[in-house]
Amino acid sequence: MTVLWLILQLSWTFFLIGAFTFGGGYAMLSLIQNQVVVEHAWISEATFTDIVAVSQMTPGPIGINSATYVGYDVLFNATGSPVLGVLGSLTATLSLMIPSFIIMLLIVKFYLKFRSSRLYAGTMDWLKPCVVGLIGAAAVILIIKTTWTGGVPQVQVLSENFPDWKSWLLLAGAFAASYWGKVNPIYLILASAVLGMLLY
Amino acid sequence: MEKKVSLWQIFLVFAKIGAFTIGGGYAMIPLIQAEMSRRGWISDDELPDIVALSQSAPGVMAVNISIFAGHKLRGFKGSVAATLGSITPSFLIILAIAMFFTAFRDNPWIERAFKGIRPAVIALIAVPMVKMAKKSCTTWWKWLLAIGSLVLVAFLNVSPIYIILCVLIIGFGATWFRMRSK
Repeated sequence: MTVLWLILQLSWTFFLIGAFTFGGGYAMLSLIQNQVVVEHAWISEATFTDIVAVSQMTPGPIGINSATYVGYDVLFNATGSPVLGVLGSLTATLSLMIPSFIIMLLIVKFYLKFRSSRLYAGTMDWLKPCVVGLIGAAAVILIIKTTWTGGVPQVQVLSENFPDWKSWLLLAGAFAASYWGKVNPIYLILASAVLGMLLY
Repeated sequence: MEKKVSLWQIFLVFAKIGAFTIGGGYAMIPLIQAEMSRRGWISDDELPDIVALSQSAPGVMAVNISIFAGHKLRGFKGSVAATLGSITPSFLIILAIAMFFTAFRDNPWIERAFKGIRPAVIALIAVPMVKMAKKSCTTWWKWLLAIGSLVLVAFLNVSPIYIILCVLIIGFGATWFRMRSK
């Protein structure tokens, strides 16, 4: 019964994530993180960060990969059964795609009208900056945690993701290598894995 | 009369595309172009339209492209075949890693490796954000919208879903009024 309830919750959560992702895989990560780590507390920030790393290195879209992985982890952690883990993967991945199916099939029907719609373009003009903020928030939440006690915010660095000063150097170095150096993310993750083994 | 493409063939071609796409939707475009135009399934001047539409619809772009292209070939069944094809390789790979990784997560070497990886992953999330900001935050109020969303989600624990809903409604309303008043 509880397992069934968890599967239903997982399905609904990923349906919502699929319906509200505008602007690609990284926008989807911010929604997955909010729903799975913050709202439901199914997995920790550190595990989520690891899942993103794996999803970036493996073939396939990052949003789908993370959903597959999160789905496995949520059910495996709750039950200890790999078979249910696989069921969780299937649930999360397929639920994520249902909104896309409905909307894309509608778009195909109204193809030309949709394309030339200035109303749509104008709305997107508003939505895009908002998505930028959401992705930024995902990055911030993986670095610090804010808790409110009586209207006073308390900001704490997540020690699992940033245990010491070396982590900040890795962050700055990886940003520079990717932004200015245009280093492939796969090589960047492999290099930081080697650095992690050497530094810690 | 064009020859009908079989669903199995659609599945296989998209599985091939999915297996070789590393790094998200955009990396998929050249592969789709190569595989689809070689078979005469989609012409080169159709592709930009498909990409633009898939980008603007919600969800994962690669899935949206597969739905659209599959639909063009065999209707609804074609969309299902193409989508299942494009996600199957990564699904199996992730599943294998997830099962393998849970057994090795406590290994000290793996732990150390991930201590190095985690800050790098956050940098990899920040880079596309900065690139998107440069492109889409063209006026002061767009910057305000971006910073406002960030603060609401990161510090005030507001759900991104509510923010997207609000901005969709406000943006739609504002655009509608502007178009009417012209």
